[in-house]
Amino acid sequence: MKVKLKVWRQKNRTSAGEFKTYESPELNPNMSFLEMLDVLNEQLAVRGEEPVAFDHDCREGICGTCSLVIDGKPHGPHRGVATCQTYMRSFKDGDEVVIEPFRAAAFPLVKDLVVDRQAFDRIQQAGGYISVRTGSAPDANSIPVPKEDSDLAMDAAQCIGCGACVAACKNASAMLFVAAKVGHLGLLPQGQPERYKRVKAMVEQMDTEGFGACTVTGSCEAVCPKSISLDFIARLNRDYAVALLKGDPKKAASGGA
Amino acid sequence: MNLLLRLWRSSLGKKYVMALTGAALVVFLVGHLVGNLQVFGAPDLINQYAHFLKSKPLLLWGARLGLLATVGLHIAAAFTLLSLNRSARPVAYATGGAYAATSRSRYMAVSGSVILAFIVYHLLHFTALNPAVNGVGDFTKLTTDLHGETVPDVYAMMILGFNVWWVAAFYLIAQALLFMHLSHGLAAMFQSLGLRNHVWWPRVQLLARVVSVALFLGYASIPLGILAGIGSRYAADARARAHLAAAPSSAATVLAVGPASAGKEVVR
Amino acid sequence: MATLKSNIPSGPLATKWENHKFSSKLINPANKRKYKIVVVGAGLAGASASATLAELGYEVHNFVFHDSPRRAHSIAAQGGINAAKNYQNDGDSVHRLFYDTIKGGDFRAREANVHRLAEVSVNIIDQCAAQGVPFAREYGGLLDNRSFGGAQVSRTFYARGQTGQQLLLGAYSALNKMIAAGGVKSYTHSEMLDLVVVDGQAKGIIVRNLQTGEITRHNADAVVLATGGYGNVFNLSTYARGANVTAPWRAYKRGACFGNPCYTQIHPTCIPVSGDYQSKLTLMSESLRNDGRIWVPKRKEDCGKEPSSIPEDARDYYLERMYPGFGNLAPRDIASRAAKYVCDEGRGVGPTGLGVYLDFSASIKRLGEDKVRERYGNLFDIYHEITNENAYQTPMRIFPAVHYTMGGLWVDYNLMSNVPGLFVLGEANFSDHGANRLGASALMQGLADGYFVLPATIATYLAGVKPDQRPKAESAAFNEAEQSVRGGVQKMMSLKGKRTPGHFHKELGKIMWEYCGMARNQAGLEKAIQLLGSLREEYAKNLHVMGESNDWNQSLEQAGRVGDFIELGELMCRDALMREESCGGHFREEYQYTTADQEVRDNIVNPGDVKRRDDKFAFVAAWEYTGTGKTPTLNQEPLVYEEVKMSTRSYK
Repeated sequence: MKVKLKVWRQKNRTSAGEFKTYESPELNPNMSFLEMLDVLNEQLAVRGEEPVAFDHDCREGICGTCSLVIDGKPHGPHRGVATCQTYMRSFKDGDEVVIEPFRAAAFPLVKDLVVDRQAFDRIQQAGGYISVRTGSAPDANSIPVPKEDSDLAMDAAQCIGCGACVAACKNASAMLFVAAKVGHLGLLPQGQPERYKRVKAMVEQMDTEGFGACTVTGSCEAVCPKSISLDFIARLNRDYAVALLKGDPKKAASGGA
Repeated sequence: MNLLLRLWRSSLGKKYVMALTGAALVVFLVGHLVGNLQVFGAPDLINQYAHFLKSKPLLLWGARLGLLATVGLHIAAAFTLLSLNRSARPVAYATGGAYAATSRSRYMAVSGSVILAFIVYHLLHFTALNPAVNGVGDFTKLTTDLHGETVPDVYAMMILGFNVWWVAAFYLIAQALLFMHLSHGLAAMFQSLGLRNHVWWPRVQLLARVVSVALFLGYASIPLGILAGIGSRYAADARARAHLAAAPSSAATVLAVGPASAGKEVVR
Repeated sequence: MATLKSNIPSGPLATKWENHKFSSKLINPANKRKYKIVVVGAGLAGASASATLAELGYEVHNFVFHDSPRRAHSIAAQGGINAAKNYQNDGDSVHRLFYDTIKGGDFRAREANVHRLAEVSVNIIDQCAAQGVPFAREYGGLLDNRSFGGAQVSRTFYARGQTGQQLLLGAYSALNKMIAAGGVKSYTHSEMLDLVVVDGQAKGIIVRNLQTGEITRHNADAVVLATGGYGNVFNLSTYARGANVTAPWRAYKRGACFGNPCYTQIHPTCIPVSGDYQSKLTLMSESLRNDGRIWVPKRKEDCGKEPSSIPEDARDYYLERMYPGFGNLAPRDIASRAAKYVCDEGRGVGPTGLGVYLDFSASIKRLGEDKVRERYGNLFDIYHEITNENAYQTPMRIFPAVHYTMGGLWVDYNLMSNVPGLFVLGEANFSDHGANRLGASALMQGLADGYFVLPATIATYLAGVKPDQRPKAESAAFNEAEQSVRGGVQKMMSLKGKRTPGHFHKELGKIMWEYCGMARNQAGLEKAIQLLGSLREEYAKNLHVMGESNDWNQSLEQAGRVGDFIELGELMCRDALMREESCGGHFREEYQYTTADQEVRDNIVNPGDVKRRDDKFAFVAAWEYTGTGKTPTLNQEPLVYEEVKMSTRSYK
């Protein structure tokens, strides 16, 4: 099979980009989408053209590095899988396939199909953790966690941080990502001491990064490779409301040694 | 104050504002509908209701200002969120994007804007009684006798008003968009306030559907009922008493064009 | 010759670590912040080490080539993490975990290191649970365990099939906490291209920013490499595409010894290669072998036929035939080699002839499809996604693939290499798995090294370094290292040859898989060394890199990594050639049990099992660089077992 590829090419953040059309070489339907791009790139290199830059690493759907908006859907035509697990048999011989980068102000473009998703790291750094020093932890079984809570926390914790939720949302909102993080830690007893501090800090950082707001369209859930539920966004909204109502903690009285 | 400022500054906070003001407006819509459905009773029924409201200026103006503020906040939050959302995606996709999003969720701003235009029109139409917009004439001339008192003949205004086909059509269009707006907005409201989980979400969606359909049917029944001939004889008499010109189009033409719509803010 | 001092503390095995920690020097809290430590990599080992060192007060700079520290390939580990908690009351203990690991490694690991690993394993679980890692739990709210990789006790903790991901996100969250607190400075898109050695000690690194092409110098009081394994030397493996050996390799070229490079683990149940374009192999959980039967046709002519059309008596259930005791559950290395043999005989199945059937029809008949779906549904789904075949109806096709390397930079008990100041953690070092790693032990080692071992042992070195005295980044050694990096980049850009980096990687992979893969022999290894020499020379002449060096250039990244892999491949072959024995994952065809051996007659082992030669090869091979293309120097660290007696590894 062969496909016609319409690929976004852009040298760097500041230069203008445009679509370029390429005829794919002969493809095997069992190729993954990224392998198709590998083959295209080998062909381009041999022809003396610069290969298409795209993000990828583990190629088994867990590292969250791969991206791409394929024919209007982040991570390609299937639900619950990442681009790296999309295979060419999902396309027909002669199809035109349009490949665009994730588009969001908070994900500035680096080159061609590569965007910078470090805004996610900064949101995590704002509070996506439990403050426990190495060595200070009590025995793991000293804190029982109801299985239901632990399973639900795991549903959220599986987020691979790919950013497809942002890419799909018409408002480029990062709510599903932040909700997954806040939900995961907020569901566990270990996460309670910092629960409200965390949600405030992470939401504020999310706003600072320039993501849009959630208008509950559900695109994020539909494209998430881990099918993370909108329920977690509701949970985030709830926690943030409580955090706002609680207000900032009273300043502790100062003291000296 | 710190809380309000924080609320307004955060995207989630503004969504709470949207949700809470939206909830207040839905409550109003229900009340307003109940009031207006009295048009299906004897003319005195709704006239008396209108008169009662007018006789309590404090309550009336309180409600009006409250509503205005609520609508204002709803719009202001919508507007700032819209501009935030626009700037969050400076370059659009060539292939559309917004995968799997329903059109009613994607076009909230569009439906909201039409509804806003409708509210302005509706206020001019039945609150300010501006003769330029109703296609009938000076509604202030329509009065009636209620327990010996001369009061505005709201019943006649409604009958005459909705017998103008394009007025009825605009009302219906606005109602349809309100239905779209609510069928998404009502459920989203619960989501924004965090009032859902996997058990309640289907129920919330059902509630949103039922309430928005009920409101649509209720409101649409008013112009449709009037076009179907309710109160037409009474209205003709009222028009004659007030020396208003005949309507530019008859009920029959309107029916031929299509159904009409319901109204808000009938009270003056 | 390098001096290899293992620095194993004296005293009884069980108290070595405790005593060592006590007798180690400490650093005054006020002085800790005056030491700057560079950590390369943010997988389990790198992230946990960075976070913990920063908690202790050191100034930590962390470098990753990914766009985020959360992307490291630790994230892909599925099965679980071992710990000697004995929560199941099934007889587990630190000593048992220690012994299983030593035996699993075919008695080629360092005893003291492995015991320490087993000791701290229990702390890891505590630490991770406190961080919010959502381990699987029982209904009572306590942690669940499973038995994994043939272990006789249930000591594996897990988080669905994504344990590596959850542990890595835990370590990443600890790292984030310390980045936010200012204790760690994080550099992303930053690939280490050289180690700076000043007066014989590691004092900094040279880094290229992959986004901008900028080359920068970073001085330090100590350098920590936690850069993972080198399985991508085979091109096709279960590793992430970006996984590479560049950082350890450049350290090797600066004098660090490379330990046991030939020890590679090959996993028997992966989805076979489907074509020349293939970039990656996907692992299917080993648990499938519990209910699947492995076979190939008896006759070559049947290989192209529909499997369902091949009658029962024309099928060769070769594992059941060759290893009637274990059958389809034969250990990883044995199952892998057997698959290779039948495919070499031309009886492999699938379009490439490199595959064997894993057939569930008998189990489906016995248990019903629903039960099989309940047990393996997600794996059948993955298989379907990749191959478009329904394994409920037709047998799966599987083939072995490279998925872990036990070898790595040589380190002492303190995890310090022979270059003082250079520490190596996790899969990047050689230390804990010997010649074969047990399932669910990789995660354990990465976190043990990062959370508990290095933070304690690094002080031993730093105590001898004056605070605030690290060499300036402007000094001569840094100039020289930066020039060498620039020169390397320039050379790759300027060659303008005809072959892409991808081409060289494929060629390299073919040679390595053919001659240094599942089964090795003298003639093959000698040939491979020759072929790799020519490949290296061709690479140096005929490489073609597109684009520019001061820009995001994936072609250039790949070129550098492939160049290092070619050199490493040569070293692996030399190591495999030198090691004239079989042990764990290293199988030399010349050294296997046959029916002539007493052990076979005593039914301790099967014919074809690996045959160690403890009298000659009970040592760590630590190779020392002498120049590109030159024969490296072999240093030996004898493996002295104080507690355990080396015995024949039998799973019968």
